[in-house]
Amino acid sequence: MASYSTNEFKGGLKIMQDGDPCSIIANEFVKPGKGQAFNRVKIRNLKTGRVIERTFKSGESVEAADVLEVELQYLYNDGEFWHFMDSESYEQYSADAKAVGETSKWLKDQASCTVTLWNGTPIIVEPPNFVTLSITETDPGLKGDTSGGGGKPATLETGAVVRVPLFIQSGETIKVDTRSGEYVSRAREE
Amino acid sequence: MSDGSAGEWRPVATPRRLQARARLLAGVRDYFHGAGVMEVETPACSVAAVTDPAIDSLATRYSGPGAANGRTLYLHTSPEFPMKRLLAAGSGAIFQICRVFRDGESGRFHNPEFTLLEWYRPGCDHHRLMDDVAALVQALLPAPAVEERISYTALFHRHLGIDPFVLPPQALRLVAGNQGVPGVDSLDLPDRDSWLDLLMTHCIEPALPPGLCFIYDYPASQASLARIRSGDPPVSERFELYLDGLELANGFHELRDAAEQRRRFQHDLVRRRELGKPLPPLDERFLSALEAGLLDCAGVALGIDRLLMRVTGASHIDQVLAFPLERA
Repeated sequence: MASYSTNEFKGGLKIMQDGDPCSIIANEFVKPGKGQAFNRVKIRNLKTGRVIERTFKSGESVEAADVLEVELQYLYNDGEFWHFMDSESYEQYSADAKAVGETSKWLKDQASCTVTLWNGTPIIVEPPNFVTLSITETDPGLKGDTSGGGGKPATLETGAVVRVPLFIQSGETIKVDTRSGEYVSRAREE
Repeated sequence: MSDGSAGEWRPVATPRRLQARARLLAGVRDYFHGAGVMEVETPACSVAAVTDPAIDSLATRYSGPGAANGRTLYLHTSPEFPMKRLLAAGSGAIFQICRVFRDGESGRFHNPEFTLLEWYRPGCDHHRLMDDVAALVQALLPAPAVEERISYTALFHRHLGIDPFVLPPQALRLVAGNQGVPGVDSLDLPDRDSWLDLLMTHCIEPALPPGLCFIYDYPASQASLARIRSGDPPVSERFELYLDGLELANGFHELRDAAEQRRRFQHDLVRRRELGKPLPPLDERFLSALEAGLLDCAGVALGIDRLLMRVTGASHIDQVLAFPLERA
């Protein structure tokens, strides 16, 4: 089994803790002049997203987590799993609801997602930073309002609900920032 | 380690901090010259090395006249042994400012080579030496600092409500867990002192009062080269100085008993063997000096880089070094 010594610790290193894959956020070397050395480490549990701290004896080895990030194309949802494909190798992956989480509301066919694989299985699915989606339903806005002030809820083709300016209408296509969940602009016709 | 990308030839420390270093070193020399303490130099490379299980030496190799097949030389981790040989030879009070080297130590407060100020005062015990350390540090700080002295026992009582001399390792693990030290359940430490080190570094140091804090009379098991004062429990006449919670200096009322010193060295080597660490040759010349007779004295080593960090408000040791490890 692959392992890392504390001397290899640095931000981004993936290790196993409590049976879950984790990513090191911060690592501090602590040592009294004439005593035991420690590594005080902040880690993020990649499955739960929780940040925890750990103390290791310096020189100790910790099991490595077989984790990598890949760009995958979203294919479809079969009701239980979300299916993705590596567009170079054509290898397919299926992610469960736990891995997809909130990301599901941004997923449209062909979307390129950053997927974190642990032992070959998706554990985190991140949508692109910006997605372009059409509006399936929103109240008719007031004509002539172009300021965007106030706004109204709009339901998108993927089911997500975002606030849009009053002048945006059903059937229009808009650009949304998935990190904030906010409307950015009307999508340009290309 | 990064290679020679653009700008990496430049110093990390700002010109202001490099000037502060020069002033600090000048200030140290002024203090000791004024006090009649002689500056000395001793070898950075020795055929012998420190045995302390928690300190690892870097080694290099000399080949040439007198060593046709080459011989291993150890870079000193402190100039303690040769300085005591000078004392045994009648030097009187001495100080040294030198670069020392420690394998495995790199981090926010550690660089594998750093500047140590070490000095010895004949006729002093560790309490009188603390007076001296306080006077020097106060003279070097930009503004006077408050000062506290507290025994190791009283410190553990005050911060954790425990007696550090009696609790077994399992109980110390429990205390660490109750104090919120993360991951203690899976922590496998080799001995009781390591648990005390954990409590000291993770629970007590962050809560130390600002200013100078001297901690004295350590457990006998942490005596290092300090003499042990018999009592119940026996304590080692050792002290540490913290400045704003940062460990700055370590001092001893020096052990003079050659036989006891040899036993401690051998005990260290046994521990090193158990820990799978290299076993360096004992410093027989230092032991001979003790046999010849070391006068009653106290000595201390103080980290200049860390003092400079506090003087200049640096948060990482790299900020006070012209060329830290990454750019060395």
